[in-house]
Amino acid sequence: MALDDQKGGFKFIGTRPNRPDGLDKVTGRARFGADAHASGMLHAAILRSPHAHARIKKIDTSRAEAAKGVKAIVTRADFTQSLQPAPGMKGENWNILENVMAGDTALYDGHAVAAVAATSALAAKDALKLIEVEYEPLPHVTDVDKAMQADAPVIREGVAAGTVPKGLHPNVAGYHESGHGDVEAGFAEADLVVEDHFVTEATHQGYIEPHACLAQLGADGKGELWCCTQGHWNVQKVCAALLDLETSQLRVTASEIGGGFGGKTAVFIEPVALALSRKANRPVKLVMSRAEVFRATGPTSSTSMDVKIGMKKDGTITAAQGVFRLQGGAFPGAPADMTAMCAFAPYALKNVHQIGYDVMTNRPKQAAYRAPGSPMAAFGVESVIDELCNQLGLDPLDTRLKNASHEGTKASYGPKFQRIGLVETLEAAKAHPHYTAPLKPGQGRGISCGFWFNHGGETAVSLALSEDGTVQLAVGTPDIGGSRASMALMAAEVLGVPYDNIRVIIADTASLGYNEISHGSRVTYASGLATIKAAEDAVKKLCARAAAKWGIPEDAVKWEDGCAVPSGPNAGEFPPMPIAEITRKMGATGGPICGHFEATPEGAGVSFATHIVDSEVDPETGKTSVVRYTVVQDAGKAIHPTYVEGQFQGGAAQGIGWALNEEYIYGEDGRLQNPLFLDYRIPVASDLPMIDTVIVEVPNPGHPYGVRGVGETSICPPLAAIANAVSAAAGVRMRQLPMSPPRILEALEKQAGDG
Amino acid sequence: MSMIHVNTKVNGDEAEFLCDPRETLLDVLRDQLNLTGSKEGCGTGDCGACSVTLDGRLVCSCLVLAVEAEGHEIGTVEGIAEGETLHPLQQKFIEYAALQCGICTPGILVAAKSLLEKNPDPTESEVRYWLAGNLCRCTGYDKIIRAVMDTAKDMREAS
Amino acid sequence: MVEVNLWSGLRPLANGEEMVEVEADTVGGLLDALVEQHPGLQEAIDAGVSVAVDGRIIASALDEPIRPDSEVFLMQRLKGG
Repeated sequence: MALDDQKGGFKFIGTRPNRPDGLDKVTGRARFGADAHASGMLHAAILRSPHAHARIKKIDTSRAEAAKGVKAIVTRADFTQSLQPAPGMKGENWNILENVMAGDTALYDGHAVAAVAATSALAAKDALKLIEVEYEPLPHVTDVDKAMQADAPVIREGVAAGTVPKGLHPNVAGYHESGHGDVEAGFAEADLVVEDHFVTEATHQGYIEPHACLAQLGADGKGELWCCTQGHWNVQKVCAALLDLETSQLRVTASEIGGGFGGKTAVFIEPVALALSRKANRPVKLVMSRAEVFRATGPTSSTSMDVKIGMKKDGTITAAQGVFRLQGGAFPGAPADMTAMCAFAPYALKNVHQIGYDVMTNRPKQAAYRAPGSPMAAFGVESVIDELCNQLGLDPLDTRLKNASHEGTKASYGPKFQRIGLVETLEAAKAHPHYTAPLKPGQGRGISCGFWFNHGGETAVSLALSEDGTVQLAVGTPDIGGSRASMALMAAEVLGVPYDNIRVIIADTASLGYNEISHGSRVTYASGLATIKAAEDAVKKLCARAAAKWGIPEDAVKWEDGCAVPSGPNAGEFPPMPIAEITRKMGATGGPICGHFEATPEGAGVSFATHIVDSEVDPETGKTSVVRYTVVQDAGKAIHPTYVEGQFQGGAAQGIGWALNEEYIYGEDGRLQNPLFLDYRIPVASDLPMIDTVIVEVPNPGHPYGVRGVGETSICPPLAAIANAVSAAAGVRMRQLPMSPPRILEALEKQAGDG
Repeated sequence: MSMIHVNTKVNGDEAEFLCDPRETLLDVLRDQLNLTGSKEGCGTGDCGACSVTLDGRLVCSCLVLAVEAEGHEIGTVEGIAEGETLHPLQQKFIEYAALQCGICTPGILVAAKSLLEKNPDPTESEVRYWLAGNLCRCTGYDKIIRAVMDTAKDMREAS
Repeated sequence: MVEVNLWSGLRPLANGEEMVEVEADTVGGLLDALVEQHPGLQEAIDAGVSVAVDGRIIASALDEPIRPDSEVFLMQRLKGG
């Protein structure tokens, strides 16, 4: 769309070639975390706490050590002793260590307390049963509201940030408050004020590949680690800190990654495997079971939220206020700040106020999950807007358009927006046939907007030309959803060489400078920007070689369609010099030609989406079906539109699971009751319809081609859009997720009783 | 525990191994026969990433004991292509971008191939229900379903 | 002088001020000047802040330039999925 005004005719950007790793992935050759093997390799297993909260009085490993095939056992004593508890970021590595291996207290059901390496996986598991742990159970709490009450057990002291107001329970680890204007005055101006309470349950990222690694660490402090992670430089840094290693002596290679969605931004098992390897002096493979993934890795926060919005009869929002309480497990870090900051971002508001609480409980440490914190906020906020529209008889899309943020709007979180595309997504949604398609009896339609910041981060890319003029491109951000294809397209665009002539790899930590984790929807934006710059660097060098050959100044040569050409009539008459002609002789004309780029790009544009959902509710069983789904999202510029669609569809599908089915269920004993895919049911093929997509392109001024991250925003609107659709279909407002059949039946029965 | 000697056939080739009676077919395929294309996503038969065929019947190899393979024929994702020629499903999955991370892809390909052998002209609902035992967390299934349907169409037209 | 807007949660750490004026021409200089004026902000800044300069959210780069008339907001730093 508008990008074509900014930069004309792309040759490769926007095309849909096959992905470079396609063949490996359809033949079973691609090597994921658990697919590595080393000579002399041991297999490891981790012993986990059966208690939600317990003092560890004694661990006796002697019987296990004597068992057949056992080569090493580690407990907390085998990790660094130099880290100390501290609030905020200063305590980050301490918190990771506490989570990776319990110290004197087990903080949640599933918390690691010891690990074994043995000659087979079965021998390692058998040995776990021989480790004797003496626990003293402590009172526990797993609910966010209860954890904030005065009588709640204190989970950990000394970790709350200095910004937490005095007088709150020590379980409140973080606090965020922001906004502008005068909300009370705003509510007084409103014709209708709706205030409501909303609850969401913890959900898991649900990647199909459990965490896995293969570690080797010697007494000389040199190590090799293969693991599935969203960020191997972070793994390197954290493992070095937890094991007293020199960072550069540990080389980490990222395997193919079987899904992450934020959950593989955290470090769980890698330091354990390294510690075992160091002790056994053998390579150690450690693979989590599915139950371990559920019990001990990253679910998202559960929430308890209060949202209040005032509106005039014409649909103008006069004031908005939200209180968001996020349960983050036994550690600080729940994204209460992001929840608060994203909540009202789609709307231009004179009066807005938001508070976020980061609350600890006896649950696993929450981990990032696709736009962490934002989807829940949208559920509360967009449900209230829906209710206001219903009661005032307003069209929900027009009302959102009326209040929509645009360039120059003062955002709910403070600064003014640069160029953004919310209005464009709303207009595209309004124009989409879905919005006006007739509904069948028993069906309801819901819409919602969603917002996410996106991110840049440290990025390093290197590009080397081969003698035949083909290209090797090394990036440092693990490819989760097809990013190698996007990188190759961007390099092809700059170099003017065919897409297939570019081989993209994810380099290990020894081969590039630090690359921040693949998170914050940053890969296509930041690694893409770095790829473009690295290719431009190579082009500059190619032009210099041509200039030398022609005997003209370097600035008299430009690059066109894969060839050096004189930049104008004054530069002289020379036939175009193709890339392969330059590279063939590069050894004799100055040496190898490479391009590289290292920076922390700071222009990741924020992004918005609007989703439309039709749902159907069976009043007898409470079962809900999503019968039609349309995603409209601003991608800035879609480099490989098929993979952009894939991100849109995947985010929507995860949102459907979160809205309708998925939840962590804890018993009175504080144990997770559904740590298997059978009982924690993610959407299967027969649960879903086709998911239509509309790619809106409002270019991001911070990227050469206009790219905005697309991975996360797609999960922001679904919870609310589906809740609005289900509420319309059921005829009763649904305020708690997931909207599972029992909850729908309960709501219907309550309404019948009230009526 | 004493090990058990098993004779079987994998992707048409004879294979033999010694296994612990507790080991699953998936364990042996991956750890002993080095066929790591089949993945363990759950170990409880809920995700389908370990799908293989046992005498042509679609099974979760994590739910089959390795000793049960004695005298039977196993088919895995590594056996789908013939030489350098990809199966039409494999080709179509690449073209349609019917995979993002690719961890579920081997299981889905084995399951989809098994569907098309039984039912060359499945409806969308039939494809969705047949693949309901194969979890994918990345794609929302849209492009997977389209790829399978379009492959079926191509294969019908070619035959 | 640059006007720096603090989110409300930070104000108790800065004598209740909503807006602090500092002398700075880069993001790094601005953060240093803030801490110098209000040492109570040190922990929050160490814990991770972004600085929005005229709507651009600067997460890391301390050398990003700031003009005296720039619109500057402190924000909590993003953690993505």
